Amino acid sequence: MANVSIRDVRKSFGSVAIIKGVDVDIQDGEFVILVGPSGCGKSTLLRMIAGLEDVTSGDIRIGPRVVNDVPPKDRDIAMVFQSYALYPHMTVAENMAFSLKLKGVPRAEQKKRVGEAAAILDLEKLLERYPRQLSGGQRQRVAMGRAIVRDPQVFLFDEPLSNLDAKLRVQMRVEIKELHQRLKTTTIYVTHDQIEAMTMADKIVVMHDGIVEQIGAPLELYDRPRNLFVAGFIGSPAMNFIEGRLEQAGLALPGGVVLPLEGHVPAAPGSELTYGIRPEHLQVAPAGAPGSIPATVTVVEPTGSDTTLIAKVEGSHLTVALRERCALKPGEAVALKPLGQQGHLFDDQGRRIAAA
Amino acid sequence: MTDWLSPEEWTAVRLSLKVALVAMGASLLPGIAIAYALERGRFWGRQALDVMVHLPLVLPPVVVGYALLLGFGRRGPIGAYLAEQFGIVLSFRWTGAALACAIMGFPLLVRAIRLSLETVDRKLEDAAGTLGAHPVWVFFAVTLPLILPGIIAGMVLSFAKAMGEFGATITFVSNIPGETQTIPSAIYTFTQVPGGEGGALRLTLVSVAISIAALWMSEWMARRVRRRFLA
Repeated sequence: MANVSIRDVRKSFGSVAIIKGVDVDIQDGEFVILVGPSGCGKSTLLRMIAGLEDVTSGDIRIGPRVVNDVPPKDRDIAMVFQSYALYPHMTVAENMAFSLKLKGVPRAEQKKRVGEAAAILDLEKLLERYPRQLSGGQRQRVAMGRAIVRDPQVFLFDEPLSNLDAKLRVQMRVEIKELHQRLKTTTIYVTHDQIEAMTMADKIVVMHDGIVEQIGAPLELYDRPRNLFVAGFIGSPAMNFIEGRLEQAGLALPGGVVLPLEGHVPAAPGSELTYGIRPEHLQVAPAGAPGSIPATVTVVEPTGSDTTLIAKVEGSHLTVALRERCALKPGEAVALKPLGQQGHLFDDQGRRIAAA
Repeated sequence: MTDWLSPEEWTAVRLSLKVALVAMGASLLPGIAIAYALERGRFWGRQALDVMVHLPLVLPPVVVGYALLLGFGRRGPIGAYLAEQFGIVLSFRWTGAALACAIMGFPLLVRAIRLSLETVDRKLEDAAGTLGAHPVWVFFAVTLPLILPGIIAGMVLSFAKAMGEFGATITFVSNIPGETQTIPSAIYTFTQVPGGEGGALRLTLVSVAISIAALWMSEWMARRVRRRFLA
């Protein structure tokens, strides 16, 4: 096991900068998720850690060693790919023993270690099959098995669950997390799915457009997003945003509603600010309740466990997540009241400046 | 069976098989290497190499044969060198016929291998690297098994081309019975003499039979490989 440190790493393809200076520190045994929309550079960064892409500038360390110029085979890593990258001409057992065969490990030992990994991953009955004879979830497990058998310093996962259906994805999520708790190997995991990031990571690195927007524990990012991008990216359904102007009485929203603000807001009166509030921090209140926002229900989405309400307000839509079932109908007028101090204020640069 | 073909005809058949097998065998390794270089390599002169390899496909065979004569003939620069240094003479010998056939079939061999290289998922090679494999090992353990069907297809094309090669061969090594007279040259000779129709027809049938057998064998091998290796 090892810590991984990424220092001012940049990557350009020709004149196009893909990664524009990234710093990340990953502790020994940590499960770190790189998350961001497609094209943000997260997969490229992972491939650079693996040694599959050159580093344009900056340093990548695995343990004490700078690995910029170390070929992938000598980095002591194991990578799991989205497409699984299993060898179609090898059985499950041969696929899993691949790295051991390379190291010249005796056959008996190979068999033992493959057997142990197969037991962990419930693959014992499939060892003699070929990848084409397996389901997507089984292939995924074989790919993980192949990585485990290598017993690397660092596991790298590149969107490993993206090719699975929703139900299997949830199941594999749990399995990967359990596996990490058991092996405690440093893991770097790339996904575009913020739910995967929230549920699995010790630490999330939110990337956007080649830079790191924020690094932190899942709930830290959720509760205190540093900027509008992180606020909007983390959380499902996504945070609501309303533009407003800071006044003496509070934040003046379009349509004449003034949202009272508690506490100090570090911005000059008259500043244009964005108010963000998570769907579960809005309540349905009696019409005209003080500090509430008048709205019209447009869509009601019952999911069984909770209900999502989408309502039109002056200038935008608000999403409300209700734990209880609700009898509201589209077209009905409602008042939405934010729970105190659960909202966020962002300045015109998109930086979070205060709770609201 | 043996008296079905005349001794001369048998000689032509044997020679053709020998020439075609040698041409195919000798071009196999360079074919794989050049296909790999063209598909994966980023080096100066790649385009030029690509054009060179494909030239025999578009040039008139007689032109290729004549170029070989100029280069590899007794007085040609390469031919003279080979003869002086190693005592290897190619012009008007069966070895020259094999060279001509190998060159004519080379673009077909390279193309087939290149096409199958194109379809190999690069992630499979990447994964091998991250699992600790040296690039050479990656090639032999991962890439080569995956492109085997393409290699087999290329070999059959090269063999078939060699069996049928006429223009370059006859220009470079002429049409000497027992030395350079392959099936096509023999058929040509038969059609030039009165009463030769029987021989021409018999050799034509042999030619068809060999081609069918080669196709059938490649199909069988490719299917075996695919069943063993690929989904």
